[in-house]
Amino acid sequence: MNFFNLSSPNKFQKFSKRIYPWVSYGSIMFLFIGLFFSFFKSPPDYLQGESVRIMYIHVPAAWLSLQIYVVMAICSFVSLVYRHSLADIISRSCAPIGATFTFITLITGSIWGKPTWGAWWVWDARLTSELILFFIYIGHMIVSNSYEDYRKGDKNAAILTLVGIVNLPIIKWSVDWWNTLHQPASIMKLDTPSIDSEMLTPLFFMAISFFLIFLSIMLTRISTEIMVRKIEIIKSNF
Amino acid sequence: MKAKNKRLMIIISLLATFFLGCILLFLNLRENLIYFYSPTEINESKTTKTEKIRVGGMVSKGSVKRELIMRDNEKLEKINFEITDFENSVQVNYIGILPDLFKEEQGVVVEGIFKNQIFLASKVLAKHDENYMPPEIKKMQLLKDNNDGS
Repeated sequence: MNFFNLSSPNKFQKFSKRIYPWVSYGSIMFLFIGLFFSFFKSPPDYLQGESVRIMYIHVPAAWLSLQIYVVMAICSFVSLVYRHSLADIISRSCAPIGATFTFITLITGSIWGKPTWGAWWVWDARLTSELILFFIYIGHMIVSNSYEDYRKGDKNAAILTLVGIVNLPIIKWSVDWWNTLHQPASIMKLDTPSIDSEMLTPLFFMAISFFLIFLSIMLTRISTEIMVRKIEIIKSNF
Repeated sequence: MKAKNKRLMIIISLLATFFLGCILLFLNLRENLIYFYSPTEINESKTTKTEKIRVGGMVSKGSVKRELIMRDNEKLEKINFEITDFENSVQVNYIGILPDLFKEEQGVVVEGIFKNQIFLASKVLAKHDENYMPPEIKKMQLLKDNNDGS
């Protein structure tokens, strides 16, 4: 199978139909394994106690909030340069999912912050830049839907996405560049992870599960969007 | 094909200009985005000392002193402690409830003003570091450290 064939919406739709059951059932399976480990097979933290378990939702959601943006940025670039309709469709399908995972990150972080730091919210660089990411996602959704001609919305939303990339390195390295209340990375760093292996297992399963949840929602949204556009084309021919 | 390459060049050059601008802006703003200062930075700069600022560091071992005071017919706890970055330290005074994770030799960020060389905190936030481990392993680590020390 030629990978580039997938850039044709019809072939993509066939391919996504084939992998969808694996992705969706896989996400549910890993979610159960992950939740089981998070609640029953992992120890409390020496300082945070039981509230460390919030991390098993917070961290995978935060990773996804960045990964989804990278997918959207690549698609926006392809869309602006090569005018490829599938790239627009993927971008449009990803934005609400990214916004949701960013929202989950912010909310779970806030719930963790109150017992740990003693504050629901602080305006440090990490928290503020993640909030900006949330606004960019919302902005993308508003811009892409605010034109009668959806192609115009796609184009302007793609420009917004490319401009917003600046925020990604700021989120990732804010904890190293500035004094922030948020702790620096425990896993995504060059050193060995500064997190116990027993806590790494649930995090690993939850991360896989969240990624598969993202994929399955994305695939559904993409095939819906392809069908919507086909209907639009048929309508405009009458 | 030609139009495609033209778009590619335009977008790449626009993005490059934009990101260069952002980097310049960012390098200039960098100093202003700090959430808290360390005691050493406080010692070096005298200008910020009258404004409301945040100071962060470790709570020095054995420096926490608590006393009960009466104010407006309410019993309040007054806490004295020292924040250090192992070079300089700041004396802090705080009246109120401390977060659960406030402990000696743990990270803390305090918000408030300086008065007569003493920092009057209006807010105390516990800072958590990037280390996550079960209590047993922390105990073992402490034992090991003690054995190495003796």
